[in-house]
Amino acid sequence: MKRFLIPLGAFVVLVIFLAIGLTRDPRDVPSPLKDKPAPAFSLPQLGSDKAFSPADMQGRVWLLNVWASWCVSCRQEHPILVAFAKSGNTPIVGLNYKDQIPDAKKWLADFGDPYVLSAVDADGRVGINYGVYGVPETYVIDKAGVIRLKHTGPVTADSLKNQILPLVAALNK
Amino acid sequence: MTPELGHFALILAFVVALIQGILPLIGAQRNHGQWVALARPAAQTQFLLIAFAFACLAHGFLNNDFSVAYIAHHSNTQLPTLYRFSAVWGGHEGSLLLWVLMLAGWAAAVSVSSRHLPETMVARVLAVLGLVSIGLLAFVLFTSNPFDRLLPAPAEGRDLNPLLQDPGLVFHPPMLYMGYVGFSVAFAFAIAALISGRLDAAWARWSRPWTTAAWVFLTLGIALGSWWAYYELGWGGWWFWDPVENASFLPWLVGTALIHSLAVTEKRGSFKNWTVLLAIAAFSLSLLGTFLVRSGVLTSVHAFATDPRRGVFILILLAIVVGGSLLLFAWRAPKVHAGGNSGLFSRETLLLMNNVLLVVAAGSVLLGTLYPLLIDALNMGKLSVGPPYFNAVFVPIMVPLLLLVGIGPLARWKHADLKDITARLRVAAVLAVLAGIALPKLMGEWSALTALGCLIAVWITASGVFQIIERLQRGGGLKSAPASFWGMHLAHFGLAVFVIGVTMVGGYQEEKDVRMAPGDTVSVGGYSFRLIGIKEARGPNYLATVGTVELSQDGRVLKNMHPEKRRYLSSSMPMTEAAIDAGFTRDVYVSLGEPLDKPGEKTGAWSVRVYYKPFIDWIWGGCIFMGLGGVLAMLDRRYRIRVKSAETVAETVMSKGTVAGTPA
Amino acid sequence: MKPRQKRIAIIVGGLASLGIAAALLLNALDSNIALYVTPTEVAAGKAPQGKAFRIGGLVKEGSIQRNDMTVRFIMTDTAKDIPVAFTGILPDLFKEGKGAVAQGKLDAGGVFVASEVLAKHDENYMPPEAKAAVDAAQKK
Repeated sequence: MKRFLIPLGAFVVLVIFLAIGLTRDPRDVPSPLKDKPAPAFSLPQLGSDKAFSPADMQGRVWLLNVWASWCVSCRQEHPILVAFAKSGNTPIVGLNYKDQIPDAKKWLADFGDPYVLSAVDADGRVGINYGVYGVPETYVIDKAGVIRLKHTGPVTADSLKNQILPLVAALNK
Repeated sequence: MTPELGHFALILAFVVALIQGILPLIGAQRNHGQWVALARPAAQTQFLLIAFAFACLAHGFLNNDFSVAYIAHHSNTQLPTLYRFSAVWGGHEGSLLLWVLMLAGWAAAVSVSSRHLPETMVARVLAVLGLVSIGLLAFVLFTSNPFDRLLPAPAEGRDLNPLLQDPGLVFHPPMLYMGYVGFSVAFAFAIAALISGRLDAAWARWSRPWTTAAWVFLTLGIALGSWWAYYELGWGGWWFWDPVENASFLPWLVGTALIHSLAVTEKRGSFKNWTVLLAIAAFSLSLLGTFLVRSGVLTSVHAFATDPRRGVFILILLAIVVGGSLLLFAWRAPKVHAGGNSGLFSRETLLLMNNVLLVVAAGSVLLGTLYPLLIDALNMGKLSVGPPYFNAVFVPIMVPLLLLVGIGPLARWKHADLKDITARLRVAAVLAVLAGIALPKLMGEWSALTALGCLIAVWITASGVFQIIERLQRGGGLKSAPASFWGMHLAHFGLAVFVIGVTMVGGYQEEKDVRMAPGDTVSVGGYSFRLIGIKEARGPNYLATVGTVELSQDGRVLKNMHPEKRRYLSSSMPMTEAAIDAGFTRDVYVSLGEPLDKPGEKTGAWSVRVYYKPFIDWIWGGCIFMGLGGVLAMLDRRYRIRVKSAETVAETVMSKGTVAGTPA
Repeated sequence: MKPRQKRIAIIVGGLASLGIAAALLLNALDSNIALYVTPTEVAAGKAPQGKAFRIGGLVKEGSIQRNDMTVRFIMTDTAKDIPVAFTGILPDLFKEGKGAVAQGKLDAGGVFVASEVLAKHDENYMPPEAKAAVDAAQKK
């Protein structure tokens, strides 16, 4: 009987290793920027000649949402962001990542503009500092300008309700 | 509306799979005839439902319905119609749908062509397939629904990855999946036999043609993938030992072992436990391959974009399916009697060696593939295992195996005569050695490795030819030998052709990466390439830079070749399209790198890669012969014999084959 | 031959071939692995000496220089930069500002001489090793 258990034993060991391997998925690792000050930058705003810098938001809890008109997943989260913006709960700043300005403007005109403003990161340099590796990404930044959460991939109704909103509420206290 | 219909059909298929997976199994155990009879219609209904869902998704793709998220991610209005169809399986969700479609297809095929099997056996086999289907359909429905809507619908889709916009990729995944999923039938037969206790020669005979069919698909699928990588990735190689390639090669190695061990079980009634274990392993490795590709635990250039949730789901599925079957194996296998005895030197022993070598080869590939993962899991750093490891390990294991190919078919069952075999193979051995000395000299420089390759190829071919001649001399003409005899020799001959291809490419290919301005000439392998010019062109959904390269040999102009560098409009992704002049004894290959002009300079120079690849097409040609051999073997008349005679044969060959204590 | 002897012969033969296979395997594994090292680790002198290894990171913007078939560029994990030289044809998706992985050795002058440069098939995703290198550098 015993020797017939050998294949099962070997398989169990393999599964354990695979399970450990899964926990190391690069997307699951919390962002190294968490609890670090949001990297500073100064970028032009979309549709105006003013500049924007994270320091402008000092004293408020806000969201930084990385988006682009070429990004299909952004369209998936967009209605959720638009609805959220209407609630007036928290300001959302857009970081328009590696995009063409006319495309970006048209996109906001077509689908609605949830952003208080969008900063234009045409060549993606700011994105690199924030460790952007797939659009969309969303950061929750507190009153002191510290990143409290990085959300990779589209924001869903679920992640908004269970992850982002409770955190924002706690930070606003 | 159509996507919702497709989604609904998938949910119904899930319900049917529950019925198919549970009721017939209980029915077969408790002798409820009606429950047993449910298996066939359930399998067929499930297939129709999934086929309908698949058609709904395809309909969405053909009509550019970008309100479906999956379609918006993988298609575009500019995409040519053929690729819009193949884009159905161009991403994770759709390829998984193809997986379950094929699983249901294999089950439906079993249900219609198993009239000669006992009803309870069919019920159990279909139930096991139904259980697997439950797991995969749950995976599709809960983590990877291809019908999820994206509202408001975007006006334009993101486009299919340009690498996948290629005729080779239209057929490669379906073929590969047919093979992967096909092993589920061998698996289901093995599990059904373990449950029923009917682990005998008849079982081996029933599952053999199915296993061979899956193996044929897998062989051709892997060959297509290798051919695609060769001409599409622009690197000129035919095998990279990439984790995703390995994931498809592992089930092939174990499946090849399974085909051979099934022969022993069928003819001699021995190796039964081993055969069952191989059947479980072949399918488990197919599932493991799916896990590795989909979960992102391994780095691969081919890997899909990953989602950890999916990884967890497949790992749980893998643990249940494989863990459960290995537990069943540990419980049932000890009660199986060993089959007939055989001498130390016999066909059984040779096939055992074949099995050991193939399994060791699979083990070494598995180790190399998972090693980075193991080291990372143990916190010992990140590393990668390169092709040199695989070559260093794989070649020494394959050489004895390939030498055995020449001997195995000659040896008799039970007890073979070494002297007799030596005498019969003497001529083949002499021819092989001569070929090893002479053939490399004809090609260029002699080296031990190329000599070994030539020797092996001629050895396999010559010994096969002599066996065929012997057979024909016994009288009766071509038709006296069964189809399986011809199938085996054809497949082995394919192996020889493959070995020639690998040897010649490995030993004599030439490669040059050079700077070329219009008018420059470079020569490789006796061919001259002159860059005539480079111009811009437009394709259906891309812009291209097209080079014109004049190919000549000994001052004679052969043809103009047109390598391209494409930029796809919707994704602005660059793609290299190599120009290949294929031939029976060689390919020549040109691909464009990048423009090399410095600012202010206008020479029009580009970096260009040129290759001379002798006999490379023999690699895939060999695979085609192997596949055809498998098809011939599958068509052998004896698999169509009805249940009665199958049982008598089983009883005469080995009367002790059933598990003790189970009612017959 | 008696069944008992036969079984022993098979077991001994099996163990011997397994032993050879294991030795072959471990030896091959030992000499053919390439460690992943981040640019920060290279700068700290933690790279293997005289052995090939892999570095992952981003191709620094504006750093690609070509001289005929040789390309020089800088790989960065946003903290430290490593100059890389490569002769040959780069993959299609190799771009400034994108992730890449290079395999090769360090020369005496501290330049990483790459024998192979890899970029991912899908341009929206970074190779996990490049991502890991950037993450690690930002943690400091």
